[in-house]
Amino acid sequence: MNGPLWSIFKRDWTLAMRQKSEFVQPLIFFVLVITLFPIGVGPGLEILQKIGPGVIWVAGILSALLGMEKLFRDDFNDGFLEQVQLSGVSLSAAMFIKVFCHWLLFIVPLVVVSPLLALFLNLTMAMYWALLATLLLGTPILSLVGAIAVALTVGLQRGGILLSLILIPVFIPLLIFATSVVDAAVFGLNYWPQLAIIGAMLSATVAVTPFAMSYAIKVSHH
Amino acid sequence: MPVLTATNLSCQKQDRCLFSALDLSVETGELVHLTGPNGAGKTSLLRILVGLSQPDTGQVILTSDNRLPVLYLGHKLALNKHLTAIENLTFWLQLHQPYLTSTLANLLTCSTSMSDYLYQILARFSLVGLEDVPVGHLSAGQQRRVSLARTQLVEAALWVLDEPYTSLDVAGVAFIQAQVDAFVERGGAVLMTSHQPLQSRLKVRNVVLEYQL
Repeated sequence: MNGPLWSIFKRDWTLAMRQKSEFVQPLIFFVLVITLFPIGVGPGLEILQKIGPGVIWVAGILSALLGMEKLFRDDFNDGFLEQVQLSGVSLSAAMFIKVFCHWLLFIVPLVVVSPLLALFLNLTMAMYWALLATLLLGTPILSLVGAIAVALTVGLQRGGILLSLILIPVFIPLLIFATSVVDAAVFGLNYWPQLAIIGAMLSATVAVTPFAMSYAIKVSHH
Repeated sequence: MPVLTATNLSCQKQDRCLFSALDLSVETGELVHLTGPNGAGKTSLLRILVGLSQPDTGQVILTSDNRLPVLYLGHKLALNKHLTAIENLTFWLQLHQPYLTSTLANLLTCSTSMSDYLYQILARFSLVGLEDVPVGHLSAGQQRRVSLARTQLVEAALWVLDEPYTSLDVAGVAFIQAQVDAFVERGGAVLMTSHQPLQSRLKVRNVVLEYQL
């Protein structure tokens, strides 16, 4: 375990551990939003159950966006990505590893705390399992598609707003299918078709995004 | 043997033609000094030559045996300010595994002897005692030295150095020039920019880029 790609993973991991506050921030935001919802809406169990999956997903998307901007920024600005590009290591593979590391550090913690938050929102067990499946299949799509937009806007000053504007419409289909999975689970219906569509979206993004990301970075370097 | 051949290059930036129909070739054992006023397009040319940007016309061919075709150290130092000098160099050399110097390639399996070796290299670059300090706490000249220490880690056919002497002190400039000379003498090629004349003991080929309106 000493190859170039593994070293990129180790580097990103080390850097994240040096700046812990950065990856705790999206997690705290996520927990805060979902904690405030039951208080704001009032303790009606049925209403909470109805809005719960949507709230968790929307909060998830927003906290993912919060940490997204930093994904390639430092490495782009200090020239590390140039060195990767010249080293002969595939830039697509290197960036895919970076996104994977980012997903593990920024998004997986959100999935880990989600059982607690499901309790706040009065989700049933069946709903929770459906929600977990959509989170595990859907959040990598957030990270990968987000990474393309990050790579495109990394050369710009204050690309953050542009980033959100580009990404929100792209995430809407994912949100629709994810909440429809949980709605189906409420009535004990079969939700595999919707999950399969999210799975297909994930496969397509895994196949296409590494190339799109590296192309976008090369354009930004230009 | 040419390590770099560029033919008919042209580049336009913001509707200004930086250079056109430019031919350049660098041979092994050659030290090429690229000069020109600010804004003449030296950095743009170097970035095109190493393959980080595309020229508007023309092509660049880099030839090398099994050495790294080009080691490019530019204005961006590629140092992460939260990592120490040793960590920055270690992650960088792991990226360049196929091209490491034979000494380093043997040390790769043992991380303690490898960091010992990196300590020695940093000591030669006058960075004793600063190896484990986050690079963000070093001065600009010291950061430049850490970046240039990469030249000692890999076997490359060509070094492309964009203003390597920026923020270095007098002793640092002489030391880096000695490394450049030694590399050229053992069969490397160096293409560098600098606004000061090079104090090299070797023959320097000057290439001048005019500022074009």
